Amino acid sequence: MTSNLALVWPTVTAAFLASLVEAVEALTIVLAVAIVRGWRPAGLGALAGLAVLALIVIALGPLLDLVPLRLLQLVIGILLLLFGMRWLRKAILRAAGVIPLHDEAAAFATETAELREQARRNEARLDWIGALTTFKAVLLEGLEVVFIVIALGAGRGMLVPASVGAVAACLAVAAVGLIVHRPLARVPENTLKFAVGIMLSAFGVFWTGEGLGVAWPGADFAIVIFAAIFLAVSVAAVALARRPKAEALS
Amino acid sequence: MTVLTNALRELAGLFVDDGALALVIIAVVVLAGMVATLMPDASLAAGAILLFGCLAALLASVARAARR
Repeated sequence: MTSNLALVWPTVTAAFLASLVEAVEALTIVLAVAIVRGWRPAGLGALAGLAVLALIVIALGPLLDLVPLRLLQLVIGILLLLFGMRWLRKAILRAAGVIPLHDEAAAFATETAELREQARRNEARLDWIGALTTFKAVLLEGLEVVFIVIALGAGRGMLVPASVGAVAACLAVAAVGLIVHRPLARVPENTLKFAVGIMLSAFGVFWTGEGLGVAWPGADFAIVIFAAIFLAVSVAAVALARRPKAEALS
Repeated sequence: MTVLTNALRELAGLFVDDGALALVIIAVVVLAGMVATLMPDASLAAGAILLFGCLAALLASVARAARR
């Protein structure tokens, strides 16, 4: 029980931060469609995306109980390693100036420009195009959120805390987005991706090891140790890969 | 069909960015699995291979990208 409680906060925090990043990216596209074409197609597309997501969760959720726990831990652990280390690698390279930082304002400008160009070419179908754009954005970003919730929660009965973290993040972003009507460019996305990449990688090593039958010393507390090791190595990697700003921008 | 292909490609993209990194991670997991199976009493060795193998894979991938 104590061991399980030790997992609650890391699980909630990881799910919240990871979902925050995904929700901000989805919001940028929904806002772009809403500004170019109005809230109706943007909202309808987003709602349809949420409905399909709900269907996927309802259809696939019960199947998780049918998978043997060790196999579930192994598969989820490997997927977490691939997903988390991909995020971490990108965050390290961005922090080091090797690749440019993700710019939510620039993504918003690109999306609105694309929609305006489509409007110029085919005005009549634009409502559909707008709705499809938000549908795809919400569905794809939402699938990432669902994966994160399952990956963080399914291995040890933490689906509820992981879901709470994810839903809280999505609601917070939706509320702020509705109020400010602008992409959330001030969210420190790379710092979030760095932190989440570390947490997901630590969870990934832990679950993969559990799936392989590794008896980790300290049980669930090993995740905290893994996260500290990943943090130290990632900070060192940023320092090693760092480039002067001018060189990174050229 | 194109929509489906694009969606599948984007889904795969969630897990694989640098193909070499993904392959090395899988190789590290396979190696750790072999050690865990062959030496069940020394499962910590498999755990160490997993942890330090993943860290080495990450460092190598970052170094490779930084050199480009």
